[in-house]
Amino acid sequence: MAQFAQPKSISGILTKWALILLAFLFLGIIIVMPIALVCIKAFSQGFEPYIAAITATETLNSIKLTIIAVFFAVVINGIFGISAAWWITKYHINGKGIIISLIDLPFSISPVISGMLIILAAGSKSTVGIFLEQFGIQIIFTPISIVLATLFITLPFTARELITLMQSQGQEEEEAAYLLGAPTWKLFTKIVLPNILPALLYGSLLTAARAIGEFGAVSVVSGHIRGYTATLPLQVEILYNDYQFIDAFAVATLMLSITIISIIVRAILNKRIAKQINVKGDQK
Amino acid sequence: MPYTNPNKSKSFQLPGKSIAKSITLTYLGVILVFPLALLLITFFQIPMDIIRETLNDVRLWAALKVTVTTAFCAALVNLVFGTLIAWIQARYTYIGKSIVTMLIDIPFALPTSVAGIALTAAFSHKSGIGKWLHSFGIDINYTPLGITIALIFIGIPFVIRQVEPILEEIGTEMEQAAQMLGATPFQITTKIILPNIIPAAIAGFTAAFARGLGEYGSVIFISGNMPMKTEVVSLIIVSKLEQFNYAGATIISVVMLSISLVFLLISNGIQFLQKKKYGLINKGTH
Repeated sequence: MAQFAQPKSISGILTKWALILLAFLFLGIIIVMPIALVCIKAFSQGFEPYIAAITATETLNSIKLTIIAVFFAVVINGIFGISAAWWITKYHINGKGIIISLIDLPFSISPVISGMLIILAAGSKSTVGIFLEQFGIQIIFTPISIVLATLFITLPFTARELITLMQSQGQEEEEAAYLLGAPTWKLFTKIVLPNILPALLYGSLLTAARAIGEFGAVSVVSGHIRGYTATLPLQVEILYNDYQFIDAFAVATLMLSITIISIIVRAILNKRIAKQINVKGDQK
Repeated sequence: MPYTNPNKSKSFQLPGKSIAKSITLTYLGVILVFPLALLLITFFQIPMDIIRETLNDVRLWAALKVTVTTAFCAALVNLVFGTLIAWIQARYTYIGKSIVTMLIDIPFALPTSVAGIALTAAFSHKSGIGKWLHSFGIDINYTPLGITIALIFIGIPFVIRQVEPILEEIGTEMEQAAQMLGATPFQITTKIILPNIIPAAIAGFTAAFARGLGEYGSVIFISGNMPMKTEVVSLIIVSKLEQFNYAGATIISVVMLSISLVFLLISNGIQFLQKKKYGLINKGTH
């Protein structure tokens, strides 16, 4: 980050602090006050109701389902991300721009519409849905639809990070290893994976954070079946609409802590990736 | 005779192309292209009179008006305060700056339902700032103002992330030169700083606006969802889906997707012009 000279004149210093104060006021009202209130409300009756809310069976079930969704999103979109980035950055392919725009597309589709797309593709009225019903498999209103909606929403994250990084890295190392006769699996584990690891972790972290927090898309496909298709954010809504405010805010603090941890880890990883891109750039 | 690497012929390729290609295309096809194609097929199979009937709904138009107005107002507020925060983050050093950097990321990372109940608690007329405003007869919760607040919350990072890198990129040389030549702070702001950041600010504004149009989770708690008053379009889509009225939901979705597509194209066009103008290279920062 660039460091600029700070204002020295009296009017400059006054402007500086007036602007900072104004920004603080805005952030205080819009961001700090609401998240502080979540914590205050969660603990308003002391620790015992808080612990009870978090260890309730329904909440634990929603944590389990959220972990399942995160696991599939990170693994499947990770494999997709590596394949897509490898294919797009290492070879001359036609229509590269179209593929990259397609990968970015889920970012510009609103959550509710994303959920609707899953219903159209796999719902009880769709060809796929009717076909699977013969085997007794239902997708919509089951955990499968939660996983599918999460996959859709988080598709771009890992692929994007890897494409950006691998484009900057070039392919001299891979070519050298390949020409010297390294087998493909060794090429992947000894050269490719170590090179992309920070970006892969960063993308997986973004994927996981989004998968934990996604609301609109999973809400549409879940059918709101308690203890069965409710992820953590849906559980917050269910509790809140039941006027179980302390429970709702308690579960909300869980997600707030996950959010803050993910932001801190991201900041650390981001620095490492920036360093990696710079080092590679200097070598050229 | 210049030495050429005999192995570096045009046909040389790293291994794994076909497997990477098939995984990429299969997955994109199944998860993305198939549902989107189905959306379009479904849409074009719907008879005209059902489309007309769906679009001739006063409740839908009221929701569309609320959605567009609140998203626009919120994006406008974010344009002003986003630029302000980008300015203090790019140009000033002060204690607690890294905390502000993290605070700015919270709206992107926080689950929208958590944001929704947090904002509803913060602006309730029973406590804190909501109580204070209530004494002036201003209610936030269950009014379009509440929806606007929610959209300000989720949209603030967009403008900051667009404008901050530009402010760092252009540096202070031009401003210092202008100052030495006797320009007033007002002239420096309007003639140097604003022209430089306007394309990025507009791109951020458009992104925040587009996000606001489709927002659901953070809005439904604070809005109260009163038909004709505080109902947003996303909620209408959800209620159509809950009634298994897939045709209705498809029609409205296609309308909303078209609106966001237009704004996305505008935003991309502006960013393209901006990059061309300043020759900026994408450094992989978000």
